[in-house]
Amino acid sequence: MHKLHLPFANHHVSTSHKPVRILLSYLIAGWSGFFVMGVELLGGRLLAPTFGSSIYVWGAIITIFMLALSLGYLAGGRFSMVTPSVRRLGAILVVAACTLVPVLVFGEELLEAVAIAVPDPRFGSLLAATVLFFVPTFFSGMVSPYAVRLLVDESASAGRHAGQLYFVSTFGSAAGTLLTSFYLVLLLEVNQILLAMLAISLLIGGIAVAVRGHEETGVRDAV
Amino acid sequence: MRFSLRLLLWPAMLLAACSAPADSMKLLHSERSLYREVLVYEDSGQRCMCFTRNCRIGRQSCMDMRHPDRLQLNYTRTMLGALYLNSSPRSILIVGLGGGSLPRALLQLLPDAHIDVAEIDPAVVSVAQKYFDLPRSPRMNVIEADGRVFVKRAIREQRRYDLIMLDAFDHEYIPEHLLTREYLAEVKSLLTPGAVVAANTFSSSRLYDHESTTYAAVFGQFFNLKKENRVILVAGGTEPSMAQLTATSRQWDARLKPLGVDSAALVELFSTRPDWDQSARVLTDQYSPANLLNR
Repeated sequence: MHKLHLPFANHHVSTSHKPVRILLSYLIAGWSGFFVMGVELLGGRLLAPTFGSSIYVWGAIITIFMLALSLGYLAGGRFSMVTPSVRRLGAILVVAACTLVPVLVFGEELLEAVAIAVPDPRFGSLLAATVLFFVPTFFSGMVSPYAVRLLVDESASAGRHAGQLYFVSTFGSAAGTLLTSFYLVLLLEVNQILLAMLAISLLIGGIAVAVRGHEETGVRDAV
Repeated sequence: MRFSLRLLLWPAMLLAACSAPADSMKLLHSERSLYREVLVYEDSGQRCMCFTRNCRIGRQSCMDMRHPDRLQLNYTRTMLGALYLNSSPRSILIVGLGGGSLPRALLQLLPDAHIDVAEIDPAVVSVAQKYFDLPRSPRMNVIEADGRVFVKRAIREQRRYDLIMLDAFDHEYIPEHLLTREYLAEVKSLLTPGAVVAANTFSSSRLYDHESTTYAAVFGQFFNLKKENRVILVAGGTEPSMAQLTATSRQWDARLKPLGVDSAALVELFSTRPDWDQSARVLTDQYSPANLLNR
């Protein structure tokens, strides 16, 4: 039977067991959505002692997160063009988590340095949000388009798969926002929450990286 | 600014609402600022600034139009108890302007004092000037800034204050970064020897316990003055005995009377007895769910 292949579906995805690939793609996208919004909310927490909680501090944080995500989408789409695999998707999640480590270790010092260099609360908080959160959010942005690539195998179902993926990812974001702001801050310290999220990312990403399958190395044209 | 024990006040408010004709409360001004709606109501000669339409609960600041010097809200009178602990502060910081009744009172009581006021909301500053006769004085400097940002800047500029008044909350929303151990430590580092901190705080909800242990963690013992709101007073030097306080309050009696402050009643409120759960978790920059605890 002939299938109509999309240009971006021209390279076969690594042939790891299909249900595992699908499950992990959704899981990673959903968790990444949770992670981004959890970090964004706590980012407001981290900036408040230095820059206050004025409306422009939130404006700066949201701007940087949106900007980093948008560029991450571009990069993720590009990255999915060559030998896409669940392992690489897992690796993106692991990298996003690891780039959060400086926030945990040097967060306060970085904020202090930025506040002294740029005392204006608007541009100061913009720069601070960039320094602390741009990189992890950029890598998190790569996840969704990359996962779409792993899920779509024919053009007819591309929209459905993309829709389902957006659903999972944005639902994850909603859950991350609600749980963090309503409950987690009441139980744990900010850095403990960040650390827990980082650990979950490493766990999920690690599982995906460990998935064994026939790794597709070359380019194979679809029939 | 002020917040009240809603439950206790309900009967009184219902009574007030029934006895006064509904239209006696006139809306003079309303303005949507970056942060909230700033409303000015007037009712039988009393003008109040509110951040909610239900002005009987959330009055931030009030002024008697016939006697503008008289402090209308209970907590503002209680805050002046700080003067019993340091009679002649020369440099004063107030975090949170409201209608400006405290700076007005202090400018009048202390002719040598210089006052810095940090207020986050420019609309509050302009409403205070327009409707609450906020004095323009070379001795007062109103800075439009987040309280914490101002405090950090003041530390860098090595400023020092003899009296710091913290009054940046209302009953519905607490800026959580202004109620942490780190913030209070920063405030403490701005104090001269013998300086006093006066804070308008919460008297109800679980937050009372957490707030109390947080102040205790930074300042040790403090005076707790409860009347609707709770005012915390921290003495910089050695804490005076009740007898000394009573003696000092008599000296202030004549000067405070025109402001509507009853010295004898005020000194009665001073207490050092911890009446909170001392095991409550201290609030920090890392753990500050103040709004979730205030329910």
